[in-house]
Amino acid sequence: MTRAALAILRKDLLVERRTRESVPAMALFSVTVLVLFHFALDRDSLDGALASGVLWVTLLLAAVLGVGRLFASEREEGGMDGILLAPIDRTAVWVAKALALLAYLVVVEVVAVPVFAVLLLGPDLMPALPGLVATLVLADVGLAAVGALVAALAAESRARELVATLLFLPLVVPAAVAATAATEPLFAGAQTADGTGRWLIFLAAYALLFVLLSVGVFDYLLED
Amino acid sequence: MAVFGRGLVTLALITAAAVGIALGMVFLYAPLDADQGFVQKIFYLHVPLALVALAGFVAAGVMGALHLRSGDSAWDLRSYVAIHLSTILGVGVLVTGAIWARASWGHWWVWSEPTLVAFLIVFLLYAVYPMLRFSIEDPGRQGRYASVFAVAAGAFVPLNFAIVRSAESLTHPQVFSTTGSGMPGEMLATFLVSMVAMALLYATLWKLELTAKHASDQLRRLRRRAERRAADPLVPRPGGGASAGSSRAGAPTLSGAAYAAPRGGD
Amino acid sequence: MPALPLGEAGLYVAAAFAVVAVLVLVYVAIIGGKIARIERDLGALTDSLEAGARGGVPPAPSRQGP
Repeated sequence: MTRAALAILRKDLLVERRTRESVPAMALFSVTVLVLFHFALDRDSLDGALASGVLWVTLLLAAVLGVGRLFASEREEGGMDGILLAPIDRTAVWVAKALALLAYLVVVEVVAVPVFAVLLLGPDLMPALPGLVATLVLADVGLAAVGALVAALAAESRARELVATLLFLPLVVPAAVAATAATEPLFAGAQTADGTGRWLIFLAAYALLFVLLSVGVFDYLLED
Repeated sequence: MAVFGRGLVTLALITAAAVGIALGMVFLYAPLDADQGFVQKIFYLHVPLALVALAGFVAAGVMGALHLRSGDSAWDLRSYVAIHLSTILGVGVLVTGAIWARASWGHWWVWSEPTLVAFLIVFLLYAVYPMLRFSIEDPGRQGRYASVFAVAAGAFVPLNFAIVRSAESLTHPQVFSTTGSGMPGEMLATFLVSMVAMALLYATLWKLELTAKHASDQLRRLRRRAERRAADPLVPRPGGGASAGSSRAGAPTLSGAAYAAPRGGD
Repeated sequence: MPALPLGEAGLYVAAAFAVVAVLVLVYVAIIGGKIARIERDLGALTDSLEAGARGGVPPAPSRQGP
């Protein structure tokens, strides 16, 4: 299964590198949303809860774009038939798609977080960085797990990008709650970020639940 | 062959009695709440309704898992009807919650009340279920995908409550912490009876819709069978040449043939 | 939290119970309507099958609704 998953992942990353469909769009989108927030809130610099909320909403919306495109190459080029004909575990498809989405999210954040720090963040980014990176990584695992599951669920429906978005957003609300709560003290200029640890545990539990859940049910998707 | 309507009348009668008793206890037996006064009566409606709706969502997840395991489409139907009913009752939960918030805090919506906020998130998720289900055309796949959704969302419900509850400050009226601690005996008894009545009401409505849905599915299969027969005149028709009243002779044969037909889905 | 005067409180409580009652009644009414349609379609199907069986004409069941 590992080999199959890695093969599909390599294929996805190769396609992404050649076509550049998802990641540049997600990155561009997140920068645009940050600009929109500047005008919508009419604020030049943000800190605390507002900064944390703006950053996470931006990242979540960018993730929505990635989820919508996750099975695009299979759908448009008919690659799914080949994958389904191969004698491999269906779960390998989920693992590959989740890892691909995780990679996209990490790349987008490498772009969007510095841009956010330059454009909108009031306090200095550097002291907040270790905590922020931990939060981002844990949240990304959860988002990738949910995103891959939701993308597969919506893949067979007629209005798939709509359904994927509407499924994705409520499902990631707990992750958003935990991630914004974990990030808030980091952006408030507080030196001791107590409370962050508890929220990181929540994020890890969230990711774990959806990983287990997806592994459990994914076999029933993408059949025949 | 599953028959869903069995015992429906008995259940409905028991439900009617239980709802009557519960209403009587709420308005005649339970003491007035010291803090909130008469408004607290909404508690006996809102909380059981919310708990029953949530239990329905979780149960639908279990039924979805059973469908995926067994491949029996009856479990998919049960899961679908449970989600449908819970979503509709969910509207009631949100509206009664809003009314209660307005009555006791003066606002129609209070974000600091984590239970209701968590319920809204669950409701928004389940509102997508029909959209997902009915945008998939192949019946077997439709049931399977819907069941996967039911399982995932059912597991999401407790997680969501855990996280949202710990996120919001607990500015709750005492009665809201439904464990019953600090509730006078009469209030607790009234609450428990309301809970039972609401669960029975849910069961009755669930069975009712299940029966109707199942009957309409069977009718559709029967009609498809008849159309196929009509299109192919070489197939001998049951009851051919029989006199009037062949409906009695013909119907069992025809439905028997429909039952023998391969079941839809997988 | 001061208790509301009974009149206003009674209004809220009545509204809450009425909302749920209406919800349940509408739900039951809609299912009742569906059952009525099933009954009608079943009747039509039976009629057409009977007519077909009597006259030797292939029955043409009427198709109403999904």
